[in-house]
Amino acid sequence: MHKHTSSKHPLSRFILHLILIVICAGWLVPSLGLLVSSFRPRNLISTTGWWTALLPPFKFTLSNYAYVLTRGHMGISFINSLIIAIPSTVMPILIAAFAAYAFAWMRFPFKETIFLVIIGLLVVPLQLTLIPVLKLFNALGMTGSFVAIWLAHTGYGLPFAIYLLRNFMQDLPGSVLESAYLDGATHPQIFFRLIIPMSVPAIASLAIFQFMWVWNDLLIALIYLGGTQSVAPMTVTMSNMVNSYGGGWEYLTAAAFISMLLPMLVFFTLQKYFVRGILAGSVKG
Amino acid sequence: MNSQTILMLAVAVLGVPLLLVGYITLSERLLGSAAHKRSSSVRAIFWIAPAVVLLVVFLVYPIITTIILSLKDAASRGYVGLANYKYVFTDRNMLLVLRNNLLWLALFTLVTLTFGLLIALLADRVKYEAVAKSIVFLPMAISFVAAGIIWKFMYDFQPAGAPQIGTVNAVLSAVIPGYQPQAWLFNTATNNIALIVVGIWMWTGFAMVILSAGIKGIPTDVLEAARIDGANEFQIFRFVTMPLLAPTITVVATTLIIDVLKIFDIVYVMTNGNLNTEVIANRMYKEMFNYHNYGRASAIAVILLVAIIPVMIMNIKRFRQGGANA
Repeated sequence: MHKHTSSKHPLSRFILHLILIVICAGWLVPSLGLLVSSFRPRNLISTTGWWTALLPPFKFTLSNYAYVLTRGHMGISFINSLIIAIPSTVMPILIAAFAAYAFAWMRFPFKETIFLVIIGLLVVPLQLTLIPVLKLFNALGMTGSFVAIWLAHTGYGLPFAIYLLRNFMQDLPGSVLESAYLDGATHPQIFFRLIIPMSVPAIASLAIFQFMWVWNDLLIALIYLGGTQSVAPMTVTMSNMVNSYGGGWEYLTAAAFISMLLPMLVFFTLQKYFVRGILAGSVKG
Repeated sequence: MNSQTILMLAVAVLGVPLLLVGYITLSERLLGSAAHKRSSSVRAIFWIAPAVVLLVVFLVYPIITTIILSLKDAASRGYVGLANYKYVFTDRNMLLVLRNNLLWLALFTLVTLTFGLLIALLADRVKYEAVAKSIVFLPMAISFVAAGIIWKFMYDFQPAGAPQIGTVNAVLSAVIPGYQPQAWLFNTATNNIALIVVGIWMWTGFAMVILSAGIKGIPTDVLEAARIDGANEFQIFRFVTMPLLAPTITVVATTLIIDVLKIFDIVYVMTNGNLNTEVIANRMYKEMFNYHNYGRASAIAVILLVAIIPVMIMNIKRFRQGGANA
């Protein structure tokens, strides 16, 4: 990473800083307003701007959080989001890793054709699959079950996961695998002891990318879980709250912040992998 | 947390990976001592089978079915030819939907790219680059639903005279004398733009990160050579940086276009498509669940596919040319 030097003229430096700081403030203010408001009591939120809370007297409360976590169903929904997101991240990555290994290191008929189809599927709008898949789930009595949404997210996540892992695994040193074969290692041994450990950077990026995508998804959950509150993830619960509470900002802001906690944690601790996943995913959309 | 939830969580965390690892171990057992015949196609079939089955069930088969459904009536009983497509391109509400999508496509893509490029270029010249970029990138980590709530609050409107609790109206009231507070999401002249702003806020970080990586890749000596030749900063940007960044900009623009065509959550949460803000994906959802017209819903989905086919072909071409390195 190198810096590109530019003109040292003090005035242009000043303008540069000014523009950049104004942009950053503009980007930060919306989230800051949400965070501050979520700790303010109802009567103050609806009568005064959130920025007034930054000056004394400081009147903050945790009651908004207590309410949305219990009576607002956000506590249950947080668990539901976890139940949905964990297998929906593990399954596509493991299944894609199997396939990517075969695409990178085995020979079989129609290999190239199947891979081209997968590349084509990278950008297919999910809307195209909703009706037939919903009909299928209805016919099997699976609508509203976690298994249905795990499978759906796995299917949708596979093209990108296979594409990314196959490209990564193909570049692994063939000589290492070769000598393992000669030593009599089986495919599962090579896969779990060599391929997977060597692919950790790619898997980490992919895992964060897929986890965030599933965690933040609304459409898929809305359609295949059918709005049942007991299985609803946080995105669905929040969108219901927007409809039922209208201007109940004290609840909406607290709920939104709860839903942002985990992604923000991931963002601040694993930003490097997250950015890498985004860079790799720029063909997917 | 009841016992059923705990059971689901255990299944989720432990059961699923065990099942998959068990599958591949067992299939290798079935293949027996053929372990050294690494070119065996049968073995490859075992390794790709789970992926291929899921891809067929959740993508290939549904896409084909949707195309067929788009030629059928509301309840998918009889064929109606191209009637659903005729509806999509002639119905007044649908034309409005298409107009909105074009507005999103043009405005969102253009502004997101411009901001992303501007911030990447500016941040490249300051010491606090990492902080500035983190701030702009942060919205990428949160859901559209949370962003919808954040911005609904930003756009909050109180009648003139009352204290404004929405940041946008409060700031404008403070800056512009005699400013009349606006109901940004209700006024049909501004509501589409107000929604697009949310999209821009969320996605600029994406454009910035990729463009920034592109800018870092431009060799310093190329820029120095231009400076020694007497080029000013603008000329360097126009004649050196831009041409070298062009392929990166194309990739970012393509990704943004694919995403904007599918935009759903922002509109669903903030206006639910009311007051002339409906877009393709929301219209499809309504045809599906509110009107139970699977024919029309499918036709709308196929329109999305057709719009994205050029990108699909481009990706496949790029892969074939690039071979292994694509």
